[in-house]
Amino acid sequence: MRKFLIPLLGLLSLAAGCGDRESPVADADETGGSARGDFGPPQGEPIKAVLTSPPQVPPPTGRSAPAKVIVELEVIEKEMAISEGATYTFWTFGGTVPGSFIRVRQGDTVEFHLMNAPDSKMPHNIDLHGVTGPGGGASSSFTAPGHRSRFTFKALNAGLYVYHCATAPVGMHVANGMYGLILVEPPEGLPAVDREYYVMQGDFYTTGRYRQKGLQPFDMEKAIDENPTYVLFNGSEGALTGDKALMAKTDENVRLYVGNGGPNLVSSFHVIGEIFDKVWFEGGTRFQENVQTTLIPAGGAAMMDFHIEVPGSYVLVDHSIFRAFNKGALAILKADGSENKAIYSGKEVDEMYIGDRALPNLAAVSEAAAAAQSGELTLQQQIEAGRVLFAGTCSTCHQPDGAGLAGVFPPLAKSDYIARNPKDVAAVILHGLAGKVTVNGHDYDSVMPPMTQLTNDEVANISTYVLNSWGNPGGRVTKAEAAIIRARTPPAAQAGEH
Amino acid sequence: MKTAAACCLAVIAGTAASAAPAPGDWVSIPGGTFKSALRYEDLPAGSRVAPYALLQSPVTNGEYLEFVRAHPEWRRDRVPVALAEARYLSHWQSAASPGPGTMTDQPVTWVSWFAASAYCEAQGARLPNWQEWEFAAAADATRTDARADPAWRERILAWYSRPSNEPLPRTGASPANVYGVRDLHGLVWEWVDDSSALLVSADDREQGSADRQRFCGAGALSMDDRDNYAILMRVAMLSSLGAADATGNLGFRCARDEL
Repeated sequence: MRKFLIPLLGLLSLAAGCGDRESPVADADETGGSARGDFGPPQGEPIKAVLTSPPQVPPPTGRSAPAKVIVELEVIEKEMAISEGATYTFWTFGGTVPGSFIRVRQGDTVEFHLMNAPDSKMPHNIDLHGVTGPGGGASSSFTAPGHRSRFTFKALNAGLYVYHCATAPVGMHVANGMYGLILVEPPEGLPAVDREYYVMQGDFYTTGRYRQKGLQPFDMEKAIDENPTYVLFNGSEGALTGDKALMAKTDENVRLYVGNGGPNLVSSFHVIGEIFDKVWFEGGTRFQENVQTTLIPAGGAAMMDFHIEVPGSYVLVDHSIFRAFNKGALAILKADGSENKAIYSGKEVDEMYIGDRALPNLAAVSEAAAAAQSGELTLQQQIEAGRVLFAGTCSTCHQPDGAGLAGVFPPLAKSDYIARNPKDVAAVILHGLAGKVTVNGHDYDSVMPPMTQLTNDEVANISTYVLNSWGNPGGRVTKAEAAIIRARTPPAAQAGEH
Repeated sequence: MKTAAACCLAVIAGTAASAAPAPGDWVSIPGGTFKSALRYEDLPAGSRVAPYALLQSPVTNGEYLEFVRAHPEWRRDRVPVALAEARYLSHWQSAASPGPGTMTDQPVTWVSWFAASAYCEAQGARLPNWQEWEFAAAADATRTDARADPAWRERILAWYSRPSNEPLPRTGASPANVYGVRDLHGLVWEWVDDSSALLVSADDREQGSADRQRFCGAGALSMDDRDNYAILMRVAMLSSLGAADATGNLGFRCARDEL
């Protein structure tokens, strides 16, 4: 009901409010922005802000009056893992990528201290998108190694804001991980949820390839070309998977604060298996409901809530999907709890579906089966049926042309192994083959599992097809022979005694 | 267009082919026309760098100790804070000695611009200006201007990207460039005479509308070669410091006019 009212009211006020310069808030549903964000001087004693490392989020401020909040953030340049066995020299706000999460309330006066560690190579500064004022604090916080800067701002606009370093070369400072989020709570706070997490995407440019081991230097050319080696959540591949996966329980409400540091890419943020009940798109005041994927621009953020009904692993991805599976943009949220089959069943049916292809392809198989039944089966019918069955069962390893794969799967084409033991073809199909064999002068030492799922008809037809193809000696295996071979002791076991 | 010109204009006739000089030695640099990565609006074709000499390596703790002995007003316990901040020479064991070990061979750090200038003056020399420093630093082992070579840039950038949390090597250990100068890259940042005029801006993104009053016209400087991140980083580093400031990774070397 309320939702439909908002645009209507907006229209009315637009039509009626042209001459009204007294109040910047023409609509009761507008927040009034920065012009209405100053709630007066700070009350009470200054408060030291709780800063958290990702993926944790500081607790709600829980305040009802503006306060003076002291934020102390240290810039640390340090080598950390970017992927397994690969490291990168990150430049960080607070020792992590992304930097520490800052949480204040609209109207708070923030006294910001930026410290640059004495062993830093570079000067740094900070531009907070939540600051009203030129540069967002950047020129007031330009800090040499071993120095500290201070500036103060009033947080006039509520929302979720990115902060980042803006020292030359800006792109390189951002590419090295210098970004994080500051949440400016609206005066009434945000709706309570069971869990809150902090996730931030960034793109990284290394001279080495994706997952190349060792210390990987920054690659300026790739950065300018906007061709990242890695696209990551929270600064390293595996930052939020395995033991470090985000945890939740069924029946809980989860809120993600998701930022995108860039420097270059825009994120199509999506959680596989969930639908966002609410997205405060662009980190602003309004929310959209029932969202699959939300766009998070570089230098932007969004908040999203979802309720978990079903246990399991939910995968956070940038749905520009090659980034997820080939550049690392993947995180896991693991939900524990009891199954709810009424909402999601899990797999109920797993059977073959061959669609239209059943008719022309498997026709040869059914024809051969019928002919075998009536005792009129010809060699050609067997070969045709065998060809189709071979393609479905055997060609993945032995290849459609019977050539095999060098060193792994022995060839069946012009095979001296088959020429020596043509009767063994059906036996190998039914009992498998393990251990060393020599085929056409090459040694193979793999395992072929027994294909006992095939019927005697099918074994006979495949064997006959193989014997009559690719320069093999020819011959024929009948259903009755296949049945006898099936009952026999496997040849692989005899050969495998040594 | 302009960046393309940068690599062609700085062709220098003749190179120094003498035997490697010892530490503390002066190296002659012929000078010539030089297109800086910074944009000098009055010098679109590049500026003329007069012949000059540069110390082969940065000044070491050992050399600086001799200076402090001869000029005790530059001891860390006597120097006014207006000329050198509290951490000036703070890595030395005492005001009169750097302490034992190999430190004497390491480049001196924790020195202010005032102190570095005074040291050079005492040698009858001066700090190199930005143009002179960049002119020499544009060279690699075989070329007088390697700045357009991506591989060379990458090497320099790799050092710039690393934090300064390991002990400094001794000076003179890196290969000499085509002039015979060593350690311009990969050892320490170095003061230049006109450091305070270098400020592009505290906030890099204000380029083009910088605060001209505050920086005496230096705000008018902007980058011509925006891909040259190494130079951007040198400018940023020097810009972040006042003349009394010191850091653990900033040293200096002296220059003098070639007679």
